[in-house]
Amino acid sequence: MQYLPNILFAIILIVAIGYFAKNVKSLIRNIKLGKDTDVSDNKPQRWKNMIMIALGQSKMVRRPVSGILHVIVYVGFIIINMEVLEIILDGLFGTHRVGLRVLPISVYGFLIGTFEILACLVFVSVIIFWIRRNIIKLARFWKSEMTSWPKNDGNFILYFEMVLMSLFLIMNAADLQFQALDSGNIISKHIALWFSGFSDSALHTIERGAWWLHIIGILTFLNYLYFSKHLHILLAFPNTFYGNLKPKGQMTNVEAVTKEVMMMMDPNADPFAAPEEGAEEDVPEKFGASDVQDLNWVQLLNAYTCTECGRCTSECPANQTGKKLSPRKIMMDTRDRLEEVGKNIDANKGEFKEDGKQLLNDYISTEELWACTSCNACVEACPVSIDPLSIILEMRRYLVMEQSAAPTELNNMMTNIENNGAPWPYNQMDRLNWKNE
Amino acid sequence: MSETLKVPTMAEYMAQGKQPEVLFWVGCAGSFDDRAKKITKAFVKLLNNANVDFAVLGTEESCTGDPAKRAGNEFLFQMQAVTNIEVLNAYEVKKIVTACPHCFNTIKNEYPGLGGTYEVMHHTQFLKTLLDEGRLTIQGGKFKGKRITFHDPCYLGRANNVYQAPRDLIQKLEAELVEMKNCRKNGLCCGAGGAQMFKDAEKGDKEVNVERTEQALNIKPEIIAAGCPFCNTMMTDGVKAKEKESDVDVMDIAELIANAQDL
Ligand code: SF4
Ligand code: SF4
Repeated sequence: MQYLPNILFAIILIVAIGYFAKNVKSLIRNIKLGKDTDVSDNKPQRWKNMIMIALGQSKMVRRPVSGILHVIVYVGFIIINMEVLEIILDGLFGTHRVGLRVLPISVYGFLIGTFEILACLVFVSVIIFWIRRNIIKLARFWKSEMTSWPKNDGNFILYFEMVLMSLFLIMNAADLQFQALDSGNIISKHIALWFSGFSDSALHTIERGAWWLHIIGILTFLNYLYFSKHLHILLAFPNTFYGNLKPKGQMTNVEAVTKEVMMMMDPNADPFAAPEEGAEEDVPEKFGASDVQDLNWVQLLNAYTCTECGRCTSECPANQTGKKLSPRKIMMDTRDRLEEVGKNIDANKGEFKEDGKQLLNDYISTEELWACTSCNACVEACPVSIDPLSIILEMRRYLVMEQSAAPTELNNMMTNIENNGAPWPYNQMDRLNWKNE
Repeated sequence: MSETLKVPTMAEYMAQGKQPEVLFWVGCAGSFDDRAKKITKAFVKLLNNANVDFAVLGTEESCTGDPAKRAGNEFLFQMQAVTNIEVLNAYEVKKIVTACPHCFNTIKNEYPGLGGTYEVMHHTQFLKTLLDEGRLTIQGGKFKGKRITFHDPCYLGRANNVYQAPRDLIQKLEAELVEMKNCRKNGLCCGAGGAQMFKDAEKGDKEVNVERTEQALNIKPEIIAAGCPFCNTMMTDGVKAKEKESDVDVMDIAELIANAQDL
């Protein structure tokens, strides 16, 4: 019976990690539903971006208030999680504060003291975040795409953090041995005062309770990630690594189109020649994207990484002037549809079964797509290098090249270019007339 | 106009067996739009004045394909691109300057993948170089001390990180450069990009150009300087919508410099 807690702990740990691993597998499988894209270039720059943007949070601090609070929570979260190592070792081996066996008291105290201060700062920051979301009601958290789940998700994360930080401090405060050391209990010694009249056994119960809830909370949080915008704490790293390195104004040239155009322009090409062996496969089934599988895997990774912070949407000129377009919604819709496709595949033994739905129209309307000015404000604003514009462009390509479904005025513009070499109905031969006017 | 413009074409240069220093890519707006044609002429005056050996393609120029590409018509874009590249390569063009950030972006970034690699400059960058080389002088003239704000074109600024050249030129006019709430990286779009210029906006509660013009008017400029023919149109319309056309002018940087010297 003596080993019961250890065994129980090991089981909880294995189940939690196992479930997490399963979700990571689905995540990778889903991202790989996207088309291939070559992002193997310029590794040094990619590492640099990851270190600056994800690790260094360089884009977060462009909005100083939320940026600095976020840095506190982020640094706190990472550093406090070092404590989890000790908790796991203690849990598995039935030790108590194993760190004290390997570290001098002063070092151990310094570490825990740092954690306590950070826990306190995180707690305060999280409260401010909560107030910004729920009392001040910052506009970007209340846009129409922030329906009940995204709103709740944002708050759940904050509650999680509040509870975890509190449990950590209570656990330390109720730990008589730790308090007796009087090293590193910089915050918890004040909380310990609340427990002054408690019996030793009551304190022990509180300490054990907080300890168990703390670790179970962390493992639950770990498994909550996959379902939440909080997934960005992991995916921000690969996402900033694979982020676009080219000038923002550069849109990809579709290779399959190039081949056809070159054929058409080549006076020596024989239009009736039989296609070369294997050439058929190079022609994609369709141009542009109407569903998530038509996007590339980096765009799908983008969707899972989105923090739903709405910085993109708050900078979007279309959204600012009341249009339906919201770049955040483009990312959220892409993720939702991708999840739906993933579940469909799981339910149908690994094969996607046609479900009569797609990203276009069922999630993203043409009205949204046509409102974009391709200004790149969303791309510039995103703290984790997401590119909503590239998805908008792919979907426009589908509308125009597969469905000829551009707005009439744009069709006129394109006909003009085709016939006159200008978007307006002027004759190309008049192109130099300005010189003499 | 003090003198007639000298606008040689590439074909004329070729006939003489010569190469100009730079090709001036005029663009569709610069060729056909009444407002933008004034910008084209102002820029040519500056080139003439600085004795720059330049040429245009004239009737051999065709739309870069930018609006088609951004509307999603990759076929049309690539047809345009490949046609233009054939012409440019036949003339062995090495260096291109243009007063349109959309042409600038497309030729600079999207043509290389289709076989057209050139050194491409926006006219503000080119003018800045002429200034640095001592070939162009800029005087404040009537703009001395004026409050001027610069509207960053998306395809020059965010798209290609060119923020400083236009500002340096405005400062050379001894004008007071004032910045809008959203400027440089955070500049707000005028509403014309992504082929929006050619269609009505989707349903909303405001036009983008009005929003941007309001941002500009908030800092009470006497002139809104632009570096893009489309932004120019959008901001001019915005100023009209706010009935401020008697107080605020919208002018391209090339026009400012040319006007300051009474060219
Ligand atoms: S690129 Fe399109 S979606 Fe992004 S901010 Fe500009 S208008 Fe909005
Ligand atoms: S795309 Fe980027 S800026 Fe927009 S909500 Fe997602 S994380 Fe925030």
